[in-house]
Amino acid sequence: MAIAVSVAAGEIASSDRRSGYDFMSRETRAMQDDDTANPGMLWVLEGGTLWEKKTGAAGRACADCHGDPRASMKGVAARYPAFDAGKGRPVGLEQRINVCRTDRQEAPALAYESRELLALTALVARQSRGLPIDIAIAARMRPFLAAGRATFHRRQGQLNLACAQCHDDNWGRQLAGNVIPQAHPTGYPLYRLEWQSLGSLQRRLRNCFVGIRAEPYDYGAPELVDLELYLMWRARGMTMDAPAVRP
Amino acid sequence: MDRRTSRRDFLKTAGGVAAGLGLGSVITVVPARATPAEMQEAIRKVVGGARISPGKVKLDLPPLIENGNAVPLTVTVESPMTEAQHVRAVHVFTEKNPQPNVASFHLGPRAGRAKVATRIRLADSQNVIAICELSDGSFWSDSAGIVVTLAACLEDGI
Amino acid sequence: MASALINVPPRAKRGEIIEIKTLISHTMETGFRRTQLGAVIPRDIIRRFVCTYNGTEVFSADLHPAIAANPFIVFSTMAIESGTLVFSWTGDNGFSVTESAAISVE
Repeated sequence: MAIAVSVAAGEIASSDRRSGYDFMSRETRAMQDDDTANPGMLWVLEGGTLWEKKTGAAGRACADCHGDPRASMKGVAARYPAFDAGKGRPVGLEQRINVCRTDRQEAPALAYESRELLALTALVARQSRGLPIDIAIAARMRPFLAAGRATFHRRQGQLNLACAQCHDDNWGRQLAGNVIPQAHPTGYPLYRLEWQSLGSLQRRLRNCFVGIRAEPYDYGAPELVDLELYLMWRARGMTMDAPAVRP
Repeated sequence: MDRRTSRRDFLKTAGGVAAGLGLGSVITVVPARATPAEMQEAIRKVVGGARISPGKVKLDLPPLIENGNAVPLTVTVESPMTEAQHVRAVHVFTEKNPQPNVASFHLGPRAGRAKVATRIRLADSQNVIAICELSDGSFWSDSAGIVVTLAACLEDGI
Repeated sequence: MASALINVPPRAKRGEIIEIKTLISHTMETGFRRTQLGAVIPRDIIRRFVCTYNGTEVFSADLHPAIAANPFIVFSTMAIESGTLVFSWTGDNGFSVTESAAISVE
């Protein structure tokens, strides 16, 4: 049963929400729109190859259980982070892929930001392109959503800034030569021009922590997954555009 | 540009602390830049002593880009691209990158159209120059200026 | 593990000018970056890209570190006959990737 969670004062009104895509230059948008020019598609291509590869002690490929990803993975990325009964908490898409790796393929988990994990995540996320973000908050998810929301609103770091201060209160304004977006994760994993590589939402969140001169949480930390959950919930209903390109 | 300088200075002082923490990651320290004179020298190496006249080639660059890591660039030359009259090559140079050469594209009558697009790196706001070589041995040039900005929340070595 | 995305129209009319888009994964390490401890990260780039059409070179490019990571090159060629377009990228540290695409010209 989904529980309605109200929008607090200061949060962006639902109808005012805009994707980071809208804040980019025409040229960067053009790079994202063309699948033959979007560097993120290189990872999707590689993900397609990995999908077919038998691996681990079980000698299984993703394809063996999931068949054609275009059918089986459609809409999956739009629902993550999702509750994992085994762990008793929400997990991100990268973690879910690793659960399959360790439990089903009996292979070692893939490292965060490794080429293979990014490729598989990109392949799965690509299958949600054009679909609305679909995060439903059942009662058991409420505490994690609340924790993520608290992180978003908490002042942190040497600069003593909360995410909300830039991304809720000052989106659309200039910060150091670029426009502040609203911070909706519609396009992850994405090719960030700054990284010259595809990267995950957690990588981007860690950059934000560095930006406010705070100690970034480790990859896979519950604080980051809770924050991912909050951000995806905050962007619920918005259209996924993975793999996106951002400056 | 002032903001970029102060960020570099911050990184240089922070670098010592970070090294002590044993962080093995990368920072970008922009080295001494090429000068316009070095660019002219690089052009001479490609063009020889031939005279370069402005015209015929068109260089398309956005006037402002959010990140210098991937700037779309298109060079076009109006040419019938026949055996008798075609573009042999187009060369691209920058004024302020650490090194002035960007690329040389070799065409010829099989190209059909003298138009090449790619993405380049620009270390700073600067001028970019394109020089085309025609089948009659003449050289023509075009230049475009571009402003390069930078995002606020970067990786900064972590 | 380099992947390449090539976009060539599978069919064209004789004499038609076709646009070819190529995208290859490569970090194009400039040789100007340093680690936190000051050591230079050595240059590692793709230096040359060549396209042949039924064995004849129709386009090539000499690349320098200023070409963005995951090099993207768009160029044209005249569809003169059916056959195979072969694309090859070569560079530092023995980097060598070859891909091909068939084209049917009527």
